[in-house]
Amino acid sequence: MADLKAKEVLFNPILNENPIALQILGICSALAVTSSLQVTLVMCASVIAVVCASNVSVSLIRKQIPSSIRIIVQMTIIASLVIVVDQLLKAYAYEMSKQLSVFVGLIITNCIIMGRAEGFAMQHGPWMSFLDGLGNGVGYSVVLLAVAVFREFLGAGALMGIQILPTVNQGGWYVPNGLMLLPPSAFFLIGFFIWGLRTWKTEQIEEDEFKMSAHKTREAF
Amino acid sequence: MAQSKDSISRTLIVALLLSVAFSVIVSTAAVALRPVQTTNEQLSIRSNMLSAAGMLTKGASAEEVRSAFDEFEVLLVEMGTGEIVPPETVGVSDAAEYDERRAARDPKLSHELENDPAGINRQVDYAKAYVLRDDQGEIKRIVLPVHGYGLWSTMYGFLALEGDANTVVGLGFYEHAETPGLGGEIENPRWQAQWPGKKIYDKENMTQPRIQVVKAPKSDEHDIDALSGATLTSRGVDNMMEFWLGEQGYAQFLKKARQGEI
Repeated sequence: MADLKAKEVLFNPILNENPIALQILGICSALAVTSSLQVTLVMCASVIAVVCASNVSVSLIRKQIPSSIRIIVQMTIIASLVIVVDQLLKAYAYEMSKQLSVFVGLIITNCIIMGRAEGFAMQHGPWMSFLDGLGNGVGYSVVLLAVAVFREFLGAGALMGIQILPTVNQGGWYVPNGLMLLPPSAFFLIGFFIWGLRTWKTEQIEEDEFKMSAHKTREAF
Repeated sequence: MAQSKDSISRTLIVALLLSVAFSVIVSTAAVALRPVQTTNEQLSIRSNMLSAAGMLTKGASAEEVRSAFDEFEVLLVEMGTGEIVPPETVGVSDAAEYDERRAARDPKLSHELENDPAGINRQVDYAKAYVLRDDQGEIKRIVLPVHGYGLWSTMYGFLALEGDANTVVGLGFYEHAETPGLGGEIENPRWQAQWPGKKIYDKENMTQPRIQVVKAPKSDEHDIDALSGATLTSRGVDNMMEFWLGEQGYAQFLKKARQGEI
């Protein structure tokens, strides 16, 4: 385990082991906050900050944490960090924090963060854990941003709040696709993303858990 | 290490130290950022008030909001009688600093309501009213803070009136937790656009509010089309208007304003 390469730890989670696309974690927030790009950017920045900081903190005290309460210890660390991030947003990006509302708080329940703390930071040093957190945060962000670009562009004809396609409501020609503004559209988009990724990187395709046997008709007697 | 890290005493010590350390971090963040957050909240409430009064330009800076807000005179109105009272009555030197929400919990400054259509349980004895005058001292705008219970939550907002204390300029909500997309549409500018120009009172009875939020409005002068899919929220807004513009609320104050006594 000691010969982990920093580059791999940092870049693997972005495409090869993407937390959303391969591990299918953190879908909840991917559905909820991706209807506009600006909000998504803030959400991604918050998640990256939390996952890096929680990985480093957990890794620093990993030798002291009694194994019987390790999950609670990790939760305490993550929850505290999320509260701090929430407070910071309320202080310096008030409008944004109003739009994100409960979803900043829900970073606590984002499985990616917990998963990295338990799966990586508990066994590795602070520097590697930091890189792992950064990589996973960026991997999460890549998917979210891709989804948000499609959703805002097709759903509102805009990007970053700037109108690109003039919509019918404003006297233009573009009829916005209302479905894109609703959470289910993120499911479809993430599905397409995963499909694309697995077509390109075929090693990510999971093996069937069982084989379907061929259909056989049996004679009655 | 003398003890293994899994012993009960070690577990307790780690848990204790960790809790202490992180509660210090969290409370430091909360306390240190409190002033900035309060300023933000205040700014957001003030922008909302100005936008109800139709005086907020889009993308106005914090400075512009502050200076526009400062043009308003803050009056303290005794509920029911409509008398203007000095800020000292509620124990502050400047009426703008008066915190109505805190006052509503203070038995000395508020009373329990028997007739409570807005569903707010306790009403303050003295409430704020924001008045803007032109150069001749004539009232140009009156903005009244209003609140009432909708479906899930108490909705807080502002109702802005013309100088005649009868014509609506606008309505805005700055805090509520109604269902997004249904009751939450009270924030929708397209729904709020119905409000400007509506008259609160009928000429015959100037203290009983006629303005209402109804399904299938009949009167162009007083009726506002309710939100579809949000019957209870719409009813909440309707009750809120009835209460705050009625005899228990600002009715007498508005009457005085019309008679030029303010």
